[in-house]
Amino acid sequence: MSAIHSAGSGDGVSAAIGRVAAEGVDVSHGPILYLDDITVSFDGFKALNKLTLTVDAGELRCVIGPNGAGKTTMMDVITGKTRPDLGTAFFGQTIDLTRLTEAQIAHAGIGRKFQKPTVFENHSVFENLELAMKADKRVRSTLRARLTSVQSDRIARTLDLIQLRDEATRPAGVLSHGQKQWLEIGMLLMQEPRLLLLDEPVAGMTDEETERTAELLQGLAGAHSVIVVEHDMEFIGRIAKRVTVLHEGSVLAEGTLDVIQNDERVIEVYLGR
Amino acid sequence: MKPDSISPILLGAAPLFRTGSWLSLATFCAIVAVLVPVLFVWVPEGHPLHLSAYSVTLTGKIMCYCVVALAMNLIWGYTGILSLGHGVFFALGGYSFGMHLMRMIGREGQYQSDLPDFMVFLDWKAYPWYWSFTDHFWYAALLVVLVPGLLAFVFGYFAFRSRIKGVYFSIITQALTFAFMLLFFRNDTGFGGNNGFTDFKRVLGFRIADPATRATLFAITGLYLAGVLVLTRALVRSKLGRVLTAIRDSESRLMFSGYNPLWYKLFVWTLSAVLCGIAGALYVPQVGIINPSEMSPANSIEIAIWVAVGGRGTLLGPVLGAGLVNGAKSYFTQAYPEYWLFFLGLLFILVTLFLPKGVIAIPQMLKRGRAASAAAQPVRVQRGQAPPAAPTQPIGSSGAVTEGRP
Repeated sequence: MSAIHSAGSGDGVSAAIGRVAAEGVDVSHGPILYLDDITVSFDGFKALNKLTLTVDAGELRCVIGPNGAGKTTMMDVITGKTRPDLGTAFFGQTIDLTRLTEAQIAHAGIGRKFQKPTVFENHSVFENLELAMKADKRVRSTLRARLTSVQSDRIARTLDLIQLRDEATRPAGVLSHGQKQWLEIGMLLMQEPRLLLLDEPVAGMTDEETERTAELLQGLAGAHSVIVVEHDMEFIGRIAKRVTVLHEGSVLAEGTLDVIQNDERVIEVYLGR
Repeated sequence: MKPDSISPILLGAAPLFRTGSWLSLATFCAIVAVLVPVLFVWVPEGHPLHLSAYSVTLTGKIMCYCVVALAMNLIWGYTGILSLGHGVFFALGGYSFGMHLMRMIGREGQYQSDLPDFMVFLDWKAYPWYWSFTDHFWYAALLVVLVPGLLAFVFGYFAFRSRIKGVYFSIITQALTFAFMLLFFRNDTGFGGNNGFTDFKRVLGFRIADPATRATLFAITGLYLAGVLVLTRALVRSKLGRVLTAIRDSESRLMFSGYNPLWYKLFVWTLSAVLCGIAGALYVPQVGIINPSEMSPANSIEIAIWVAVGGRGTLLGPVLGAGLVNGAKSYFTQAYPEYWLFFLGLLFILVTLFLPKGVIAIPQMLKRGRAASAAAQPVRVQRGQAPPAAPTQPIGSSGAVTEGRP
């Protein structure tokens, strides 16, 4: 990992606030995300304790763990909401996530879906996607922005993908829970992220919706890297190749679902109960 | 997949205003710029159509307040940031232009000095440095924009960068306006202490007391109000307007979508302050006085009440609210002066409880109430069945904006 530490501070990104990033994330060595020895404590409680995790480009990774294992805190660290007390977080070879703001990280190519679906409820579905769309997001260009036909075609394709074409002009607030989840995923896709963080993407979904979401996520892997935090083991079984188990703020086990399910320690802290 | 079926309304091609709205706006401009001046200046006194100086001044003053309400609506109604210190920007605009008006008094003051009366009274021999160049109209006009603008920018930068939000932000804006009021109350500050500026004589060489000058100031104020309305509509309809309402509704989602809310907030906050400052500058020559009481915390709270009463986040609501409350105020303070504040408080409570969308939403509520009672009887939509399509709204005019019809 020493190569990463010497790779500098990601100057290219810190200057790029609001702009469309000129060059993408450098994944020449394979991994797209490196977390190394991350420690976060709140009032003495260690939410993350020397967490070390690497995710490869194009991988679909599932993260599981009991409540309080640090899953959401890990996402907070990756997206800049929480600063780690110790440790390093790199996006690709060069981008130091611990130095960037939420907006800069989003621009660098990390999209995040919250546990509770978070969309702009008073905006129409179409406007939600328009706002999320990858673009120059500084004030001046936003003031002048006019939707091009290429852009509206992109939005139309995303609407089809998330099956919300018929709801395009309705306010997002009237959508069902599952539809909001999809809309939020659609918004992430409009950002053209390299890495998607999805916090419980199928919570509150019907079986059919869950099925479709599984297909959607599998379709995304490859072109995107995806990290899914989920409790639904059946869903994980359907999509996961590699699973990471968190426990008390650090990695307890990592491997294929089979390996995980037969790991003594995992059974003890999580699966067995 | 049929991208072509995304209709033009989705492309943000909704017009700035519909034809009817443009006509109403043009009518308004004709009234303030032609009809009122004619009735006030040329129709002789005693004629039934003559407008009194009192009513013209009062209406001009209320139109200034309407602009303040529109400015407040930009930051509170659309962006969700409640400022309880907007009076300070209004007053600073007024004071900036007031400095110029004071210098234009020349030697016509009580003491026939080159200095304003209050400086003679304080035994000052020369203007303090910050009064330099204020005898030039355009420099004073520049100050009207720059002083509130800079204060808002610097204050806003630190407040928004520290992510101060909600009630904390409201409280520090109260503190801001209160601090400025105390500062301006001091004689040493050089702005006339608690008397402020008054006894203006002329502006750009015209006597302020002349009906023609008053009519011109009135017309400029009316046209400015119309301009701010168009500006608000244009802003709200743009993608930037959608970002502002997104800040109001879910700031964290916006951040994780790659927007930095700081600059958006700062933009609309500073713009709002500048609009207030210009309104203050138009207010001072018409009303004839500016003093530190304009910066009292209660004054700024009243601004928020105008917007709440009219309807936040709507185009016309704030104008309506400012008009209604100030109309009521000028009646009450004459008829029952001691009850005005009780009435204002009651109004605010009633509107908050029963009209959360303001008086502008009353027609809509009545219509919906009638439709609901009609629909309650016969047909019931079955569960699981698709509800009837919602009336399509032009994109970019989400929610209440559509009812903006000047």
